[in-house]
Amino acid sequence: MVGAASVLSVLLLVGLVAADVLTDHALSGLPAADALHVKVVGRQWWWEVHYGQNGNDAPTFTTANELHVPVGRVVIVELEAADVIHTFWVPNLHGKKDMIPGRPATIVFRADRPGAFRGQCAEFCGAEHALMAFPVVAESRADFQQWALRQSASAVPAGDEITRRGQALFQENDCAKCHTVRGTDATGTIGPDLTHLGSRQSLAAGTVANDHANLAKWIAAPGSIKPGTTMPATAFNDEELRSVVAYLESLR
Amino acid sequence: MMPDGVHRHGDHLLDGGLDQAVVNALARTWSDPPSWTGALSAINHKTVSRRFMVTTFVFFLLAGLFALAIRLQLARPDNHLFDPDLYNQLFTMHGTAMMFLFAVPVMQAVALYLVPLMIGTRSVAFPRMNAYAYWVFLFGGLLLFGAFAVGSGPNTGWFSYVPLSGPDYSPGKGVDIWAQMITFTELSSLLVAIVLITTILKMRAPGMTLSRMPLFVWATLVTQFMVLFAMPAVMFGSTALILDRLVGTHFYNPANGGDVLLWQHVFWFFGHPEVYLIFIPPLGFISSIIATFTGRPIFGYPAMVMALIVTAFLAFGLWVHHMFATNIPELGKSFFTAASLMIAIPSGIQIFCWLATLCTGRIVLRTPMYFVLAFFFILVLGGLTGVMLGSVSLDLQVHDTYFVVAHLHYVLLGGAVFPLFGAFFFWFPKFTGRMLNERLGLWQFWLFFVGFNVAFFPMHWLGLHGMPRRVWTYPAGMGWETMNFVATIGAFTIGLSVLLFLINVVLAYRHLPGAPSDPWNADGLEWTIPSPPPPHNFDRLPVVRSRSPAWEENTSATAIGGLAADAREVLITSAVEAKPDLRVLFPTSSIWPFISAVATTVLFIGSIYTPWAVVWGSIPVSIAVAVWFWPDKNDTQTALSLERHP
Ligand code: HEC
Ligand code: HEM
Ligand SMILES: [Cu+2]
Ligand SMILES: [Cu+2]
Repeated sequence: MVGAASVLSVLLLVGLVAADVLTDHALSGLPAADALHVKVVGRQWWWEVHYGQNGNDAPTFTTANELHVPVGRVVIVELEAADVIHTFWVPNLHGKKDMIPGRPATIVFRADRPGAFRGQCAEFCGAEHALMAFPVVAESRADFQQWALRQSASAVPAGDEITRRGQALFQENDCAKCHTVRGTDATGTIGPDLTHLGSRQSLAAGTVANDHANLAKWIAAPGSIKPGTTMPATAFNDEELRSVVAYLESLR
Repeated sequence: MMPDGVHRHGDHLLDGGLDQAVVNALARTWSDPPSWTGALSAINHKTVSRRFMVTTFVFFLLAGLFALAIRLQLARPDNHLFDPDLYNQLFTMHGTAMMFLFAVPVMQAVALYLVPLMIGTRSVAFPRMNAYAYWVFLFGGLLLFGAFAVGSGPNTGWFSYVPLSGPDYSPGKGVDIWAQMITFTELSSLLVAIVLITTILKMRAPGMTLSRMPLFVWATLVTQFMVLFAMPAVMFGSTALILDRLVGTHFYNPANGGDVLLWQHVFWFFGHPEVYLIFIPPLGFISSIIATFTGRPIFGYPAMVMALIVTAFLAFGLWVHHMFATNIPELGKSFFTAASLMIAIPSGIQIFCWLATLCTGRIVLRTPMYFVLAFFFILVLGGLTGVMLGSVSLDLQVHDTYFVVAHLHYVLLGGAVFPLFGAFFFWFPKFTGRMLNERLGLWQFWLFFVGFNVAFFPMHWLGLHGMPRRVWTYPAGMGWETMNFVATIGAFTIGLSVLLFLINVVLAYRHLPGAPSDPWNADGLEWTIPSPPPPHNFDRLPVVRSRSPAWEENTSATAIGGLAADAREVLITSAVEAKPDLRVLFPTSSIWPFISAVATTVLFIGSIYTPWAVVWGSIPVSIAVAVWFWPDKNDTQTALSLERHP
């Protein structure tokens, strides 16, 4: 009896191994010819995103904390890490892949239906590993092209008085040392690119919705939304805060 | 057979008879000295083991409290009970303490008590080194908890991946203390492994050939060999980490030719076998308990032993399944998938053998048996999810989610903690001379079993629905609220059950000892001597003729004699056949192992602050160890006077 049961389990396991290897093979067989290339760099605790490298048809630009992909087209994501190990994971699109400093990797997937998917970091990466997510928007090719064109443009110049005041404050305080707003003097690269912040769905790596109240709260005291974040708090008075928020909201 | 009476050789009283004077002399000889310096000098294996068990159990309770704190924080979404840094310390302390300070050492601790009793000898080998190992372990554990108490606990998780745990991203002393705690505990478990292997191979009672050895002793032997091969890997890893952090080497720094993945390979080369260090000794508990409560020897003894050995080998070939999400070549992954699934085969064979034993025996349902039956249920579930995780495509989805948290607790609690509580119930009378209350035991069991499944089953679901592990909070609206709340209730039910166990122990201590030598009608040699055993374990050394010596007719009459009763003389036998070989004089109690452990601790802790501590710290260590090994005139005299010509 014991012998028969053992033989049966062995056969079952051999079957499982074979099934597993075949599944893996099928999953890794996506065509790469017409693929869209994106590079994502994991950083404590946000995502830096580069489009249009490797001679791609998409325009070249840098953004953060949000990924857009055309439906039905294979996407090759190059993964890097700037500090510690992170893991790129969009459960509804593909399995996990580690972003390991010094060991670039790629992940290949295809979104077969339009929609918004949640991605998140899956390797423990320090204080705010829990609040390191990002939305992925899968949209039609036309919508994607439009989005990419808008993202590649420089920031809209500050128009009215309050946004001009906001831009000045942004430049005078340390904001510009850490953040880039293309088309202005802000060229920092320590934090996310804010050129089109107003077009993003969420703030601080998918932590809160990108609305007026959250933006003000974030700038005044980032730690109240994401304790442990590396962005420092700034001592603006009400008027200054309103101006900076208005400026950032105008960056659509 | 020896006639009852007093034998002498020169000045020495010899054992072998049943004369009270001889028995008293044996007890005096093997006792630990009185008073508090005596307590620090104790080297009797039962004293050291009892301390070891209590210490590991206290660490288990503390780590359990951390788990409850974790569950409190996660009971609700967006909960701000703890800030991220404290939460990260909590789960790091929980995982680290459970793995390094409880699960592995508690198995060694139990073995240190039971192995000499099961193989019929009066001591473990190298008893002073054994005491030293205990003190080193204690100090390592205190270091870790002390660091947490003063607010600098480690916070990088129980496998502390670099570069997060490296000098750039974890300033402060937390990680240094974590790495040094590893050095302490690994040193301790390596020494205990040497003690146990030597004891098992060279000190078995005459007649206990390898093929008559109790399955628990086999499980211990196999495990300790695994310790010898697994621990050096992590000791190298943690030492290289400390060097990177303290003296600026670049083992793990890719910018200077180091490699981040090196840490993962080294850690998991140890970390995966570690799961089996935790899981194999309980297989021995289970065999003892099942044999006793079915009234028959375990079915398929040779198959059981082979399965243990095969598991030990395969356990070293699986580590990469923890790294499927890194960019390892596909072929490599397939190999490790196959190996991961193959290890289910020996486990399956053992389970079939136990089931056959259960089917053909007359089952008596006592508390230890409940824990063993629960083991089957839980471990099979944990094993199934393990087979799922071994498959690359599935693993890439559930890796680093709560699915893995569920899996690892099904395996660790089901495979180790349930049988361990069964073992505590089973051997408690032997350890203490007192019985635990069966009614309370059953309450504890059912609360544990139900609480366990309520706590951990929902975590499978959470993982499949995308909840990552090691998150200090999660947003509302992800659909994870209910299951997290249920899991928290389950965790507190487990807490209640462990509390019942403590109450049970306290109640037992309010009675006078009075447990019979064999309350369960069990089969091992340990049940042929009083509960608790006298300092020298056996008045007369047994001679073994079968695998179930306590069930043999006449065994108790079969004994040999001729060892000194007034000196710590021990019989050494041959490794395979257990033929009497030598009489060896064992060392007496000494405080120097304790002092050496203190000196070692100063060196290890000092080296966290300055590399020079390795230089000046080695001076007191050398002095203490030199005094420890300095030949004692009286001992030499005794040894000489015991020499006999054949
Ligand atoms: C020391 C560098 C630093 C300074 C100075 C700094 N930031 Fe940041 N900022 C960051 C980092 C890093 C992040 C990403 C934080 C995270 O998600 O954990 C960030 C995130 C943000 C975001 C959210 C971006 C997104 O994609 O969600 C906004 C908006 C922002 N900063 C605005 C400001 C403003 C306004 C100032 C000046 C008052 C400022 N920052 C100053 C480093 C900085
Ligand atoms: C007594 C009941 C227990 C409860 C309620 C419990 C609960 C938990 C929880 C909720 C986590 C996940 C923490 C996180 O990912 O943020 C966890 C992690 C862990 N637990 Fe337990 N646990 C218990 C017992 C044990 C035991 C007995 C062991 C080992 C023998 C153990 C070993 C671990 C390990 C190794 C981790 C991983 C830690 C890490 O991610 O660094 N646990 N536990
Ligand atoms: Cu992370
Ligand atoms: Cu493993």
